[in-house]
Amino acid sequence: MMKLGIPKEVFPDERRVAATPASVEKLIKLGYEVVIQSGAGDPAHYDDDAYMAAGAAISVDAPSLWEQSDFILKVRAPMMHPDLGRHEVDLMKEGALIVSYIWPAQNPELLDQLSAKKATVFAIDSLPRISRAQKMDALSAMANIAGYRAVVEAANHFGRFFTGQVTAAGKVPPAKVMIIGAGVAGLASVGTANSMGAIVRAFDTRLEVKEQVESMGAEFLELDFGDEEDGGGGGGYAKQMSDEFIAAEMALFAEQAKEVDIIITTALIPGRPAPKLITAAMVQSMKPGSVIVDLASERGGNCELTVPGEVVVDHDVTLIGYTDLPSRMAKVSSDLYASNLVHLLSDLTPEKDGQPQVDMEDTVVRGVTVVKDSEITWPPPKVEVSAAAPPKPGTEEPVPVGEVSEEPSLFKKWLGKGSLLAVTVLALLGIGGYAPESFLSHFTVFVLACFIGWQVVWNVTASLHTPLMSVTNAISGIIVIGAILHLVQAGGAAVGIISFIAVLIATINIAGGFRVTHRMLKMFRK
Amino acid sequence: MSTGFVSVAYVVASVLFILSLGGLSHQESARRGNFFGIAGIIIAVGATIASVSMGAGGIASLVIAILIGAAAGMFLANKVEMTQMPQLVALLHSFVGLAAVFVGFAGYLDPLVITHGAEHTIKLVEVYLGIFIGAITFTGSLIACGKLDARIPSAALTLPGRHIMNLAALGVSVLLGAWFLGADSTAEGMLPLIIMTAVASVLGIHLILAIGGADMPVVVSMLNSYSGWAAASIGFMLGNDLLIVTGALVGSSGAILSYIMCRAMNRSFMSVILGGFGQTTSSSSATAADSDLTVQECSVDDLCEELGMAESVIIVPGYGMAVAQAQNAVGEITSLLRDRGVTVRFGIHPVAGRLPGHMNVLLAEAKVPYDIVLEMDELNDDFPTTDIVLVIGANDTVNPAAMDDPNSPIAGMPVMEVWKSGQVVVFKRGMASGYAGVENPLFFKENTRMLFGDAKESVDKILGALRS
Repeated sequence: MMKLGIPKEVFPDERRVAATPASVEKLIKLGYEVVIQSGAGDPAHYDDDAYMAAGAAISVDAPSLWEQSDFILKVRAPMMHPDLGRHEVDLMKEGALIVSYIWPAQNPELLDQLSAKKATVFAIDSLPRISRAQKMDALSAMANIAGYRAVVEAANHFGRFFTGQVTAAGKVPPAKVMIIGAGVAGLASVGTANSMGAIVRAFDTRLEVKEQVESMGAEFLELDFGDEEDGGGGGGYAKQMSDEFIAAEMALFAEQAKEVDIIITTALIPGRPAPKLITAAMVQSMKPGSVIVDLASERGGNCELTVPGEVVVDHDVTLIGYTDLPSRMAKVSSDLYASNLVHLLSDLTPEKDGQPQVDMEDTVVRGVTVVKDSEITWPPPKVEVSAAAPPKPGTEEPVPVGEVSEEPSLFKKWLGKGSLLAVTVLALLGIGGYAPESFLSHFTVFVLACFIGWQVVWNVTASLHTPLMSVTNAISGIIVIGAILHLVQAGGAAVGIISFIAVLIATINIAGGFRVTHRMLKMFRK
Repeated sequence: MSTGFVSVAYVVASVLFILSLGGLSHQESARRGNFFGIAGIIIAVGATIASVSMGAGGIASLVIAILIGAAAGMFLANKVEMTQMPQLVALLHSFVGLAAVFVGFAGYLDPLVITHGAEHTIKLVEVYLGIFIGAITFTGSLIACGKLDARIPSAALTLPGRHIMNLAALGVSVLLGAWFLGADSTAEGMLPLIIMTAVASVLGIHLILAIGGADMPVVVSMLNSYSGWAAASIGFMLGNDLLIVTGALVGSSGAILSYIMCRAMNRSFMSVILGGFGQTTSSSSATAADSDLTVQECSVDDLCEELGMAESVIIVPGYGMAVAQAQNAVGEITSLLRDRGVTVRFGIHPVAGRLPGHMNVLLAEAKVPYDIVLEMDELNDDFPTTDIVLVIGANDTVNPAAMDDPNSPIAGMPVMEVWKSGQVVVFKRGMASGYAGVENPLFFKENTRMLFGDAKESVDKILGALRS
């Protein structure tokens, strides 16, 4: 049986942990044994007792934990252990498995180190962004938290209400928030700011997200840009835009900066430094007391003046450059991260026998695996996904539609209608000319009843169509009248018997039909 | 009692029947409508019995027949499961058909009104028509009942030259009719009448055998209509306006239902009646599965978690839910979710199930409030704002190919646009295609996940997980 090890995070100020008591239970159900380093969950408010109650073993220190674990679950990429002075990779058992953030593009040396250890490495940040993998998508889960927290931080540093109020002391205008980049984090910010009552505007280079932004309650800012350029770069990420586009975009931001109170930037392009979108001049043009939250600060920041990891005040504008927003909400981010990992592991162990199977044919597993048996398997082949589905290549042949088929069908239709009308007129003439008086009076009743039935039945609600059938069933049992007349006046035995049977079955119909209708109608309730 | 009183009683009964159908326009007035119907029948039967003088033997046999019939009817109606409603309705249609045949024969052998000349000919035509329609209704309904009850294979029986056979049967009936009208005596007329009854019975059997299981809503409503016309022609034969009115009401009601059902499948009435759908259209566009499309499975736990987080859920049930008897568990899930503040609604496709409105009755039985059970048209615009759609035992009614693929056999049929929602979970036994034999691209959509297994078991598991 494989031993899962959960070490305490060593990155400064990292409060998250890769497993919670709830996730430990699920991991054990997958057939694993779980060992957790003592105190690993403390910053996220999960103590050792809770883990033990969930079935985990406790390991007193980091070296012993790393040594005994076959599969390490971590948040941050392995790094130099500050207390031990050894790199975490060196602590690791040879041939072990590890899942954590890796950022393989930025950390090629780490991949080399891990492959030298013959490790199998799952980079949770390299997960392909397809629907099936959403339940394991830690980036989205963390981005969602960061987006929420960004608004809370902004509110904390902003000296006014978000929502507009009319108080006895006077009127307070609502805050205006601009959010740049409508990815997961951006949308979370849109939702949060909107629910706090602010006026929210959002911008994104990818036109496909317009609907999502509007559905979250924000206004989508569009560029006055001649040639429509879509910034969807595949995999749900943005791509680098053309120079003209960027110029137009910057003009929009400059104009908005003068008007809004809070700017939250979330613009990232995969594998590149964050684009500089808010210049020093724009910051200067903002109203005093405004706030900028730069969610891209870890990658250099979207604002020129952001200091990564710090809160600074420049030109009387507060610039928040925290890089650890998810970690600031350690409990919820640990919960979500841990459950992302549980989903990944349950995909890896379909047999629930505690033996992970790395199936490189599976798109998700293929994407997330960056080192396998000392071979570096990053980057994976590309997977194409986008919010607006791209047109499928040539699966549908256009169907010829046109005048060719239209003309005869129209002619046919008229012919059909015309002949129907002619037949009806002839039939009516025939009846009027030859039928006896008594028949005509019945015929009148019949035609009128048909029309009444037609009018009445169209009003019946569709949900009562079954009761309608059973009630019409019951009343068509009225044929019993004919049977009764024959039965009581029967001349011979034959007529007597058949009319007896007719009365009997017609009565079954009446009684059964009404009874079952009643039963059904009794069930309909609000 | 004088004929004047009887006529007045019949008028009152007719009005009550119309009110009875009118009451069904809303759930709240529906029960009152049912009582109007009962009152109408009682008044009509009472007036009829009071109007004729009868001997003790007549009274005795009448009372016996009514007592037995009423007891049997109550027994049937109390015993029937709501999932078996289609069978019961079909069976009751066959009774009307059989009664019409018997009353027709009785009316021919022992006419209550003596007629001459043109009037006599018209009466004979009425007798003949009444028996013809009655016989088709009788045997056709029995076959429909057997198919719905799975006693007869529900697949369409497609004999070679079946249209020719049907036309031949019709032609023979017309010829027999001519012979019947030309007959000099009652005894001589009996032979063509009996042969015609046999021919019509066979025609009824063959017509319905040729129609597949999922077209049953149309068939049952069509037979409903036939039973009405049969009653109306008997009414003409007896010169009884009440029978004519009732027959016309029932006949037009069934016709409207058939029309609604056909429109919901985007098929003409004739194409349904001629039968054979689903067999000839093998799979022109059903080759999508050979590409690299895969389905995504989902587990009960994931689904419960997501249901807990969802704000708005739509459940789309189909015949599969009725087959698996999952409606009660679905109803309980609904009330649990509603207690938690989740907006739950049901979307009913007009041809879901085997009877018009069948799903509504099943959901009502499962105590789902009727005001959250909506029709396709009311709901189709709401899918984009819905978090999760649960498709339980439905297939063709949620097939996007009907809209996207002009070559699909079901192209143009209005469908529930479930794929526009945030997420679709399909409860399904396996990957078999639906009744129409059409591959369903819904299963391969990005936002669709499959929960394989028996619908009832899956739903029970979800219920258990939601409760804990």
